[in-house]
Amino acid sequence: MLNLFGLARIRVIEKEIAREYQKREMRCPIHLSIGQEAIPVGVSKSLNTKDYIVSTHRCHAHYIAKGGSIQKLISELYGKEDGACKGIGGSMHLHDKSINHLCSIPIVGGSIPIGVGIGYALKLKNKKNVSVIYFGDAATEEGVFFESLHFAALKKLPVIFVCEDNKYSVYTSINARQGNRSLKKIVESLNIKFINTLNNNVNDIEQKTLQARSYAISNGPVFIYSKTYRHLEHCGPNNDDDLKYRPKKEIDYWLKRDPIIIEIQKLKKIKRFNENKYLDFCNSVRKEIITSFVNAKKSKPFTFSKLSKLEYAK
Amino acid sequence: MPNKNNLFTDAISDAFVQSMQKNKNVIIMGEGVTDPKGIFNTTCEALKRFGPQRVIETPVSENAMTGIQIGMSLLGKKSIFIHARVDFSLLAFDQLINNASKWHFMYGGTMNIPIVIRLIIGRGWGQGPQHSQSLESVFSHFPGLKVVVPSTAHDCKGLMISSIFDKNPVVFIEHRWLHNYSSNYSKKFYKISLNDSIGLKKKGKDLTILSSSIMLIESLKVEKILKKFGISLEILDLRVLRPLNLKKLFTSIKKTKNFLFVDNGWKSFGVGSEIFANILEKKLILKNTPVRLACKNFPTPSSHYLNKDYYVTVKDICLEVCKILSVKKSTQKKIIIQCDKILSKVPHDLPDLNFKGPF
Ligand SMILES: Cc1ncc(C[n+]2csc(CCOP(=O)(O)OP(=O)(O)O)c2C)c(N)n1
Ligand SMILES: [Mg+2]
Repeated sequence: MLNLFGLARIRVIEKEIAREYQKREMRCPIHLSIGQEAIPVGVSKSLNTKDYIVSTHRCHAHYIAKGGSIQKLISELYGKEDGACKGIGGSMHLHDKSINHLCSIPIVGGSIPIGVGIGYALKLKNKKNVSVIYFGDAATEEGVFFESLHFAALKKLPVIFVCEDNKYSVYTSINARQGNRSLKKIVESLNIKFINTLNNNVNDIEQKTLQARSYAISNGPVFIYSKTYRHLEHCGPNNDDDLKYRPKKEIDYWLKRDPIIIEIQKLKKIKRFNENKYLDFCNSVRKEIITSFVNAKKSKPFTFSKLSKLEYAK
Repeated sequence: MPNKNNLFTDAISDAFVQSMQKNKNVIIMGEGVTDPKGIFNTTCEALKRFGPQRVIETPVSENAMTGIQIGMSLLGKKSIFIHARVDFSLLAFDQLINNASKWHFMYGGTMNIPIVIRLIIGRGWGQGPQHSQSLESVFSHFPGLKVVVPSTAHDCKGLMISSIFDKNPVVFIEHRWLHNYSSNYSKKFYKISLNDSIGLKKKGKDLTILSSSIMLIESLKVEKILKKFGISLEILDLRVLRPLNLKKLFTSIKKTKNFLFVDNGWKSFGVGSEIFANILEKKLILKNTPVRLACKNFPTPSSHYLNKDYYVTVKDICLEVCKILSVKKSTQKKIIIQCDKILSKVPHDLPDLNFKGPF
């Protein structure tokens, strides 16, 4: 049930954040990953702890799946000194150097070249590790996306590009933004291996990332493309289906293919699903996160007068 | 005549080679860094000694390459990325401004980005609107960046070495026309602090001129001319724009009580604007109204017919000094004759008579 636990851990944390957020004490935007957990769980599971990841505005799941400190995440949302960025970066800059999650950047496409740079340094240092770059479907419309893939391919870098296609950029559908172009052709035209995955299927994503990882280290960049769907609004703790920018049929389709449902169905089929264990696990995560809320509320904010000293590294 | 081994470009080359010797993580990247001209002969020696693994040719992808620099620096690589013109670096503004400049701050001091962005300001031989912008004031606006604008070979080498070993992103802006100037500099490995914005280039008592880069060189020529007429100028070199430390300027103005600023770029929202604001805030009392000289307030026209009066010349500076100090008309006439003589020696769109490029 390891994969199920991986998914559930993120789901519970995100749901608790959404619930607690209503109190308006976490005063920063949140881009929740509910519905999109399969990709980071599958990817992280096939990574070595010394592999690197970089992420975007929607970074919670990437961070949690890689093993980032929950307290640092929660305290950051509360704007406190013990947060990942001392409360200075906020929810969209999660990182934890101790697990090699080096940055999250909310400028669409902004972390893609950073991840390529990490891959280049790994290659120059002869390290047998990969740099994983998470980004959404909209990032593939940016110029820097092309430039970055181009360079990674040119230098055959140990980089795995992970495109999480949730079909939307805020309220705008991919059809309106991309027409019927083929991302696969674009990627392959740069001599980058393109791998499609089964939607929201954590096992499939894990297996494909494992292949991608060894390919990337010996041959060069791989592009993992994975369709998924977010359950809640683009930014914030609520459901916004009343706005009707996403067709009801589409929503229903994806809710039935929720990664947790898929995983439970699979476990049931092979008679490996233990409901009590599952519920116990969810409860233990809930306890952990509630403790984090309590701690975060108690901790202090960073000192304003020390901010100017952070302009430069000494 | 330039001395063969003491050129401004030799100083840069020296700084690269010695820094790369000191630390194996130092690398050079850019478009053309391995080509036969080696960025005005500043990367050839490094390439010869350290090879293409450390002097790295890149695709023409400015924004991604800057992000790649940042990513590499997170794993300990110290890279210098070279843009043969300042103008090209505008394509990298997202990575430079949104990421590099605020990384240390934004991530709560957990990381820092020790990179150098080396930019060259073009001028002359029809460079035109998109190959000759002096944008140092733009870069200086952003917290977290350091901005260095050297004017002599000696300063250039020491400042470049400091920039390479600084823990922060440094924008290093040099003027193409400085390249063929020679001046003595030590062949040793030395640093000049980036916390010391101003270098005192000439002591004087009547008026303080502050300027940077090629305009500092022009100001030094002016000092020489006016000395013959009994006018004593104090020439200060504003070589680090950020962090800005104007102590030496304030001391100088308190002594001379007259001030002229000569800008490399445009006047509005320019470097001079910042300097004047600081002087105001310091409540310094001047004898005469201070003046800013700058390029005309429009983009650089390409035609040599049209850019003749675009840049500030030694004559403009001399006349302005005369105005501020109310120099006698008869003396002014003699000064103008001197200036015209100097200006007529070299066409206005060339740094020197022998100049044939590369541009
Ligand atoms: C350069 C840039 N342009 C626009 C935005 C505004 N913006 C924030 S999130 C977002 C949607 C990005 O969509 P996608 O990359 O698919 O990620 P998702 O939110 O779907 O996970 C946009 C357009 C931005 N942050 N950065
Ligand atoms: Mg999307």
